[in-house]
Amino acid sequence: MKKKTTPFGVLTIILLSILTILFVFPFYWIMTGAFKSQPDAIKIPPQWWPQAPTLENFEKLLIQNPAAQWLFNSVFISVVTMLLVCITSSLAGYVLAKKRFYGQKLLFSIFIAAMALPKQVVIVPLVRIINFMGIHDTLWAVILPLIGWPFGVFLMKQFSENIPGELLESAKIDGCGELRTFVSIAFPIIKPGFAALAIFTFINTWNDYFMQLVMLSSRSKLTVSLGVATLQAEMATNYGLIMAGAALSAIPIVAVFTIFQKSFTQGITMGAVKG
Amino acid sequence: MKTSHKLMMRETIVSYTFLAPVLIFFAVFVLTPMVMGLVTSFFNYTMTDFTFVGIDNYIRMFNDEVFIKSLINTIIIVVASVPITVIFSLFVASQTYEKSAFTRSFFRCVFFLPVVTGSVAVTVVWKWIYDPLSGIMNYVLKSGNLIEQNISWLGDKRYALLAIIIILLTTSVGQPIILYIASLGNIDKSLMEAARVDGANEFQVFWKIKWPSLLPTTLYIVVITTINSFQCFALIQLLTSGGPNYSTSTIMYYLYEKAFKLSEYGYANTMGVFLAVLIGIISFAQFKFLGSDVEY
Repeated sequence: MKKKTTPFGVLTIILLSILTILFVFPFYWIMTGAFKSQPDAIKIPPQWWPQAPTLENFEKLLIQNPAAQWLFNSVFISVVTMLLVCITSSLAGYVLAKKRFYGQKLLFSIFIAAMALPKQVVIVPLVRIINFMGIHDTLWAVILPLIGWPFGVFLMKQFSENIPGELLESAKIDGCGELRTFVSIAFPIIKPGFAALAIFTFINTWNDYFMQLVMLSSRSKLTVSLGVATLQAEMATNYGLIMAGAALSAIPIVAVFTIFQKSFTQGITMGAVKG
Repeated sequence: MKTSHKLMMRETIVSYTFLAPVLIFFAVFVLTPMVMGLVTSFFNYTMTDFTFVGIDNYIRMFNDEVFIKSLINTIIIVVASVPITVIFSLFVASQTYEKSAFTRSFFRCVFFLPVVTGSVAVTVVWKWIYDPLSGIMNYVLKSGNLIEQNISWLGDKRYALLAIIIILLTTSVGQPIILYIASLGNIDKSLMEAARVDGANEFQVFWKIKWPSLLPTTLYIVVITTINSFQCFALIQLLTSGGPNYSTSTIMYYLYEKAFKLSEYGYANTMGVFLAVLIGIISFAQFKFLGSDVEY
């Protein structure tokens, strides 16, 4: 380790500090703005720190708007999607990595091709199908289309490659059934992948504004992001209130990310490794 | 031979049982809509009408000024954001990957913060920052004597798209930085040491040793950033609704407007097909182009 501080090094530190401030500032502005009253929020020069902190924005949010319900909806959608994606993807990823069967190559190619396709481009027929199933404007309309997620399958396949074949062989010789082999032998090995996919799916689903926007419409069915977007459309310049909503939508997810940062980072990196 | 076929059949049955849940959801919510979208793009399909019109929608699309404008804006967004994202994240990653685990983790969090905060929260706070009267952007720039009068960042055709691209950039570097930090950490240190001993300067070390090892990661980053930029939606819908005068409309936003505001489903699906093909071609080309001298 060389510890030479070159002019270039100093410049880099300054630059990184400036960038850090720029990247953290919007989050800071949400958090402080949430505690500013309406007149304080639009004051120029701006208050860098709320001079008279108030909870009135949160009161308005929780009493005049069903924000608690929105929060519940976001949690419900994200948790259920997370569980379903993780279970289905790990089953699929496991056999794609560890079994040899007819149609395997073709199936895997289809998943890979579908990974590049954003859901948005098929959104109109997707809404049609949801309507046909009679679940439009329910939380399931957001959850179900997110489950057959090729990226999840791909990620779990990557992690499943680590399962030693001999272990599976010996389980078979001992007369262990397929499902039990998966649960008691494969699963403990792919657990880190399961965790990474869980956190990845949770964050993605929580922030998947587009799906929520086209699938949900009644005020009581909105998610917190959608609720904030609706508030913004209704009262464009009540910035304090809107920041309180933004804070409500951001805090849970930032907390989850900070706690599980390691798993998440691993998921992102594994998903990019060539298979 | 016969036993191996029998064994394979058994494995196939087991495998498809395990795959069944994913396959069912994939078939219903990915494949079916794809086919439906492709088929209905050849129909005049609205609330009241459903008639076959051949390729009329496609002809209309290429003659639709707003569509062309949206296509150009989409391309501008992609062309601006992809190289900047790559260079920016490579810079941050290479300055931080050798630091302590704590420092790395700190910078990962900093640059990932806008992604985690969520597109809606990020968008509404920037709307406030850009507000012509009470926004902090005008205040700061005026205090620094960089501008004389308040600028309506999102309401002025000259600035609106740029204003949006800036926000998009803050939300797109998080993942690339994580990826670059990981793959820089994987490069064989002894190789670089050997090169330095042999008198290679830092530039040569980067260009001859680091860059080739980073190519697969770069390729992946270019592809995901391109796809993300194509999908950029919340920013536009919440900030400008594609205005002023469609100067910030993108294909994705225009598709949304046609489908969900004007109920022109067939036409919207035509744009969806176009977008899917475009993304397919671009991803493929990037693999060919950037992947040509990649060795695994």
